[in-house]
Amino acid sequence: MHALVIGCGRVGSALARTLRDDGWEVTAIDEDEDALSRLGEDWRGGFVVGHGLDAGVLEAGGIAEADAVVVATDGDNTNIVIAQVAKTGYQVPNVACRILDPARAELYSDHGFTVVSPIKTAIEALTGWARSVSQER
Amino acid sequence: MFVLIVGGGKVGANLTRALDEMGHEVVVIEQSRRRFDRLEREFAHRALLGDGTELFVLEQAGIKRPPEIVVAATGDDEDNIVICQMARERYGVPKVVARVNDPRNQRHFDLLGIAPTLCATRMMLALIEHEVPEHRVVPLLELRNENLEIVEIEIDGGAAAVGRLVEEIQVPESARLISVVRDGRACISLRELRLRAGDQVIAMLEPGGEDVLRRALVEGPRQLFPPV
Repeated sequence: MHALVIGCGRVGSALARTLRDDGWEVTAIDEDEDALSRLGEDWRGGFVVGHGLDAGVLEAGGIAEADAVVVATDGDNTNIVIAQVAKTGYQVPNVACRILDPARAELYSDHGFTVVSPIKTAIEALTGWARSVSQER
Repeated sequence: MFVLIVGGGKVGANLTRALDEMGHEVVVIEQSRRRFDRLEREFAHRALLGDGTELFVLEQAGIKRPPEIVVAATGDDEDNIVICQMARERYGVPKVVARVNDPRNQRHFDLLGIAPTLCATRMMLALIEHEVPEHRVVPLLELRNENLEIVEIEIDGGAAAVGRLVEEIQVPESARLISVVRDGRACISLRELRLRAGDQVIAMLEPGGEDVLRRALVEGPRQLFPPV
């Protein structure tokens, strides 16, 4: 199985390493060359420097044969567009996309790719916690 | 008409002014404080400070009414795509217009069905190509949705079409010659008109048919049985 991880920050790099440990073939993409250091010195997957909307970069990362694409750059709109390009343009079977803004996360929840919204998740978790505290009293 | 413009840089600000002077109702959203201050001085309450890809900002600007047109004119292509998608899908805005900053991103706008689009770089490139005498098919106008393109092709001395009547030239089914520009003037009537070197032929065609048209004018009909 081949996964492309676009955006190699805190989330992307941790995910790339875990997938790699699970036996996936992983290629990470980031605009910043230094992001490679987040993957650790023993990184044996692929790494492509460039923007995730650049067709040449996506193709160098092997998007045409990828089984899964995870989009986790620090820009919501960039992620939304890359996810759609992967899904519609390259027909990648499994696409997941990080969208911080809960409103946009909701809006794009039915566009053929999986949306993960850390802020929405945090709100839900903290709300649940506060309610449990109030019930204990 | 109510027009909502997202992005108050040079394009957005000038567009706001022009539409305002024409008597249209305009609201412009700008996220940079510095630019917004300038816009507010000129357009007062018609300028709004905020990120135009945030739903609540769009709603403050009145997108729920909805506007007849939303113009996505920010300097960020991804933002422009998302603005257009949200305007259409969430708020039922009937018409969107998007600015393309990097011509390499045009394919993403096309893929996601965002049209019409406008790319200043591509247009300038077309104008420059227009000045270069080559057998290049120069796009003058692209109507992507309508599947129609208006192009220009320069006829130089070596082209097969030189000296032939326009009516005689066999153009592909997917194209039609509509005018010939000679000495800076366009001839609308093409009857009895013989092409000369230096003429510029204006044609309409289906996108993708450029090469066949170029061959028809420059190389002439292919001779299947060359004379012995």
